Amino acid sequence: MTILVYDGTWPGFLSCVFEAYERKLTELQISSELRFQASLLDTPITIITEEAKARRVWSGLQKRLSGQALRQLYHCFLSEIPMIENTLFEYIRLAFAWEGVEKAFTKASVLRVSQVAKMVYREKHRMEAFVRFQLTTDGIYYATIEPDFNVLPILRSHFEKRYADQKWLIYDLRRKYGIFYDLEEVEEIQLERGSSGTEASSIFSEDEAAYQTLWKDYFEHVNIKERKNMKLHLRHVPRRYWKYLTEKAP
Amino acid sequence: MWDRIREKLQILADAAKYDVSCSSSGSTRKNTNKGLGDTGNGICHTYTEDGRCVSLLKILLTNFCIYDCAYCVTRKSNDIKRTAFTVQEVVDLTINFYRRNYIEGLFLSSGIFKDADYTMERLVRVAKKLRTEHNFNGYIHLKSIPGASDELMKEAGLYADRLSVNIEVPTEQGLKLLAPEKDRKDMIQPMNFLKNEIILRQSEKKLFKKAPLFAPAGQSSQMIIGATQETDKDIMFTANSLYKNFNLKRVYYSGYVPVSNDHRLPGLGTSVPRLRENRLYQADWLLRFYGFQVNELVHNQQPNLDMDIDPKLGWALSNLNQFPVDINRADLHLILRVPGIGMLSAKKIVEARRFQRLNWEHLKKLGVALNRARFFITCNSSYFERRDLSAKQIRHFILSGSDKKTFSAAVTQLQLF
Ligand code: SF4
Repeated sequence: MTILVYDGTWPGFLSCVFEAYERKLTELQISSELRFQASLLDTPITIITEEAKARRVWSGLQKRLSGQALRQLYHCFLSEIPMIENTLFEYIRLAFAWEGVEKAFTKASVLRVSQVAKMVYREKHRMEAFVRFQLTTDGIYYATIEPDFNVLPILRSHFEKRYADQKWLIYDLRRKYGIFYDLEEVEEIQLERGSSGTEASSIFSEDEAAYQTLWKDYFEHVNIKERKNMKLHLRHVPRRYWKYLTEKAP
Repeated sequence: MWDRIREKLQILADAAKYDVSCSSSGSTRKNTNKGLGDTGNGICHTYTEDGRCVSLLKILLTNFCIYDCAYCVTRKSNDIKRTAFTVQEVVDLTINFYRRNYIEGLFLSSGIFKDADYTMERLVRVAKKLRTEHNFNGYIHLKSIPGASDELMKEAGLYADRLSVNIEVPTEQGLKLLAPEKDRKDMIQPMNFLKNEIILRQSEKKLFKKAPLFAPAGQSSQMIIGATQETDKDIMFTANSLYKNFNLKRVYYSGYVPVSNDHRLPGLGTSVPRLRENRLYQADWLLRFYGFQVNELVHNQQPNLDMDIDPKLGWALSNLNQFPVDINRADLHLILRVPGIGMLSAKKIVEARRFQRLNWEHLKKLGVALNRARFFITCNSSYFERRDLSAKQIRHFILSGSDKKTFSAAVTQLQLF
């Protein structure tokens, strides 16, 4: 089996799609270099990411799929689920072969892409709600997240629109990179080792702890005890998200 | 200083929580000035332990009040701690909570101190400060204080996304009993004024794109359920007239949480009528989206909604002559009336039947709850409910079937259909 190995980026993946068509490969798998494991039976080919090739594939897809379907493909890619590239490739192959493939839910890859995309979208939505910024002494609103999927690229525009007049940084601890807005634009950054520690309270502004306390107070006092309904509460805020929430912190 | 603010926040959040509205959607305010905030579909940033969405900082400006409405914790005669925020304190809290992504905006209400204008003027000042000094584009919901001047209401509309006056007591007699100093007319007046103003501004907006926003998320109101002897008919008729006469976006129904030992009210410890509240929301939904008329759901022969079954099923059972509905032929508005078929499924049915005649299998795939719907429809199949069942029998079948589970689940989860 031929395995196309790429750098783990979206343009890298699209470059693989380009190469697959270029080389007329029929039996293949696509794997990011991080996940790739060599075996004697496979022939790996390292694919160099090329913007021009990626763009050609993308504009080809734009002619065949709706905006929603294109978004689904990208969201699905961000899931980083092992082997998801193969599902995406299968879908893309169908899309180039037939018209209107995005509604053909009887095809396994089409159904899978729509399901995974929905999961990623939900995670994005949760992060929009659950991110909690803390103000640092250098005037940056700082939040850390550990999302199940790589949602930072699709969170960007939401936060950029909303917090246009404050510097902010949202850092993905799991994937070790963040998006930083410096009042002009948003860029991806990586913090040096050891500097992402949120423990050191000295890095936060004087008022930070006070506002967190106020928020906790508010959260407690807006609750109506007579209507307590923990089942519903947990359905909306599953326990695994509590770590983000100032108001749920002990 | 923080301790003072903490105490105020605790007291004034406590006093505001009985207002159930927490919606932050429906506005069109965008961040065009590189300021702070943006509105959209509304986000629930967290949920309280009672399972309600927390989207706004919901507080009173003060819980001093010159009135003595029996159902309200803030009433003059209640022996509680009183306090008041300054305008600046509310502004600071809002901005600092917003910047940390805790909230979508502010919902500011107030007890009435001195008089209506004095109170309203302060509410407006908070909103104005947020918009003009802080370039704040987040969501602002202000309470319209009954009796406030038109001038102030107009200003409020320029800064707020939504305004609301709570009717609280569904009937006039109830209001006389529980809040004798209050006049229904005073509550209606600002609603009417704002309705006309909103219509006027919308037509302006069509002419001049640049015309300022005016309460883009409209008006809402709330009624307390179960504090007086009102029937569901009283409640639904009042709600209906609020929708029809004042173009309200939403009416909220808030089960009365006992706050006093007043003999005119249910005593302390009485449970909150959550199931009734849920049935009212379902009926409200039927009015707004399913094309039902209010008197189809509640009328003199049946002044209260059935607590065991949802109002759509209730209506269907008393109107069996309208069924069965042929899924492959009937108009959308008839399909919408079938129990077990929601808005989404109804629309999908109408789309899908253009390509093929639908059978039970299709209907199931389209999300129809067949355990209810099967008694009321025919489709492309020779299997259908042939027995001539009475309403009582159908009711029995549905309630004793798997429906029982969904029923008790509905009580704890308060879902719509
Ligand atoms: S006027 Fe409003 S705040 Fe004052 S007692 Fe009546 S309901 Fe409560």
